[in-house]
Amino acid sequence: MRDKEVYRILKNHKDNRTALISILQDIQEEFNYLPAKTLKLVSKKLNLKLTDVYSIATFYKSLRLLPQGKHNITLCTGTACHVRGTPKILDEIQSQLGIAPGDTTQDKKFTFNTVNCLGACAIGPVMVINGKYYGHATPIKARQILSNLKRKKIKQ
Amino acid sequence: MKKIKTEKDLELYRQETIKKNSKFKKIVAVCGGTGCHAYGCKSVKRRFQKELEKNNLLNRVMLKFTGCHGFCERGPIVTIRPENIFYQCVQENDVPEIIKETVLKGRVVKHLLYENLVTKEKIIHTEEIPFYKFQKRLVLGQNGLLEPDKIQDYIAQGGYIALARALKLSGEKIIGIIKNSGLRGRGGGGFPTGRKWEFCRNAKGEIKYIICNCDEGDPGAYMDRSLLEGNPHSVIEGMIIGAFAIGAKEGYIYVRHEYPLACQNAGIAINQARQLGLLGKNILGSGFDFDIKIAKGGGAFVCGESTALINSLEGRIGEPRDKQHLHTTESGLWGEPTNINNVETWANVPLIINSGSEWFYRIGTEKSKGTKIFSLVGKVKNTGLVEVPMGMTLREIIFDIGGGVSDDKKFKAVQTGGPSGGCLPAESLDLPVDYEELSGAGSMMGSGGMIVMDEATCMVDVAKYFLNFLKEESCGKCLPCREGIKRMLEIITDITDGRATEDSLVLLEELTEVVADTSLCGLGKTAPNPVLSTLRYFRNEYESHVKDKKCPAGVCAPLLRYVILADCCKGCGACIKACPYNAISGKLKEVHMINQDICARCGSCQPVCKFDAIQLS
Repeated sequence: MRDKEVYRILKNHKDNRTALISILQDIQEEFNYLPAKTLKLVSKKLNLKLTDVYSIATFYKSLRLLPQGKHNITLCTGTACHVRGTPKILDEIQSQLGIAPGDTTQDKKFTFNTVNCLGACAIGPVMVINGKYYGHATPIKARQILSNLKRKKIKQ
Repeated sequence: MKKIKTEKDLELYRQETIKKNSKFKKIVAVCGGTGCHAYGCKSVKRRFQKELEKNNLLNRVMLKFTGCHGFCERGPIVTIRPENIFYQCVQENDVPEIIKETVLKGRVVKHLLYENLVTKEKIIHTEEIPFYKFQKRLVLGQNGLLEPDKIQDYIAQGGYIALARALKLSGEKIIGIIKNSGLRGRGGGGFPTGRKWEFCRNAKGEIKYIICNCDEGDPGAYMDRSLLEGNPHSVIEGMIIGAFAIGAKEGYIYVRHEYPLACQNAGIAINQARQLGLLGKNILGSGFDFDIKIAKGGGAFVCGESTALINSLEGRIGEPRDKQHLHTTESGLWGEPTNINNVETWANVPLIINSGSEWFYRIGTEKSKGTKIFSLVGKVKNTGLVEVPMGMTLREIIFDIGGGVSDDKKFKAVQTGGPSGGCLPAESLDLPVDYEELSGAGSMMGSGGMIVMDEATCMVDVAKYFLNFLKEESCGKCLPCREGIKRMLEIITDITDGRATEDSLVLLEELTEVVADTSLCGLGKTAPNPVLSTLRYFRNEYESHVKDKKCPAGVCAPLLRYVILADCCKGCGACIKACPYNAISGKLKEVHMINQDICARCGSCQPVCKFDAIQLS
């Protein structure tokens, strides 16, 4: 199943080595991350060294080698948000979830990421949780939202 | 869709569109910019659609979901034309009232109007609001008038007329016009655009490429995104004109991966232009062929650098190449001559072709011509995108347009130029904003981020923030950048943590010189700027951290200590509830205490105390 998808994506890009970044982006869109097996397939099909494929997959921030958690927590760390108090929110989220930015909790429930700027500086500091924007964020707000999400988890 | 084959066809298409639109007596424009999206403008737009249907108004009132209006602070924004009434902070529930009062009866809904911050007077029209009044919105102005996914909107506003004109001129003539206008690169470097085009046109090579750089990576800057999202055809038109002048047949728009809407809108716009024959073979019957592809960036700040961007387009990791000996205009994409310009630069091109180089040359200062878009953000009252003529002072931008510092705190600094720029103090407020003045003051124009900082911002922490950003984004190819930034960050962390000695400052300054002198690309060469500019203007803050182990702004946690003043504390328990770390204890109506071992210095307790009992010591 997976091989077929990868072949289709490769074919869309005409097995073009120079489209490697787009190929990996498409694979990620399909599988939500880049499974190791697909990277091996790409390297074989495009006649590239596996290390070359990995060098691209690890250089670009938009590509990830691990699956994402159920809830997606994104914190904007742009300059405007920073001067309005992001660092304290960052600390709070890290201590609440026990993970650093870029990681997923062991129970696969939460993935936490930071981004350089969301372009929503007017409502900074900004958090995006499962696609919903939370403006004028504070450590307390972050804690409340996270504990609500954690509670939801138990109900389910 | 019928193809537009001549200039006459274009004019006909324009007149037809205008005629079709003339049956609409009113236009309701809902801002669909990034900021307004975060406020929930989509539901406002949906409600308008529903209510207009309900009132049978869809054939008389045109509903538009436009690009960014710029005044993000007051989103969601709705404007009503032809009167140009400006409604701010519009919620879904306000929609029936707007339709009933303004659309049907022509009356203004007072509670949705902008209120002057000083005089408290209500302002009805967009152009009278101070935020807009002092701007010169040449490039951004159309954003609020058109829907980005409708090419007919752009053409109705006079779009692609510049292209038709340009195609009748020779490449040299167009380059001459751009050169005479004095247009310089808006991506930050400020290289004269016309000269760059000329280099590329004259470079040897059968195949030539042009690229639009929308890898806007500066944190706190979002003008390129808003332009490509809100008015993609202005960028595309500029690119076609540039390609014709240079002799390129293929172009790329390189968009940052975090901007899905920009990718989408640019893609739609390219398809529409293709369908109308404005892209592809034999454009407007001129015999000129040109097409554009979109490349999604991988999410690396360094890819904003032209050679790293080219590597990324070629499917490699985004490491820069040596530009000293061979410039991209000679050997760029696939080794062919390549011209790269920023989104805003391309969008300026049709304006110059339409209004002439002399008109453009008259705007701005001696060496910097035209307008510049800034994203005015941080601790400022009116956050948003502002477009001003070059030469306007920082004070005018921050205080007249921006309304001053939020919460009426004292202004401390303004940061321009992103991670390559610097922080300028209050003494620099009367500096006219242009390429030379900003560089001379130790900062730079950059792509247009302008972050306002107040007295509660620690300048050492700001320098640390940028070093941390650059450490993450350094591609690692050259040693001075890869290791130098890391070591600078270590030293500055020592300073903010209270471990530094006076030797630390000496070492830090030495390192800044080495990194600036020996790095390969612009990222490393300019990486020390945030440190250098803060050292230049705010040295006393560094010294307080080093000598007195104090952070005057109260930001650097290891140097802070929150205490509860026994005389003021009423024992209400508000701070106990607010503390995320359970560091505060005390019985009701008895003086509370902070356990310094547990306290994380987050400051959550201070604002909740009604008796000002919690202070920094």
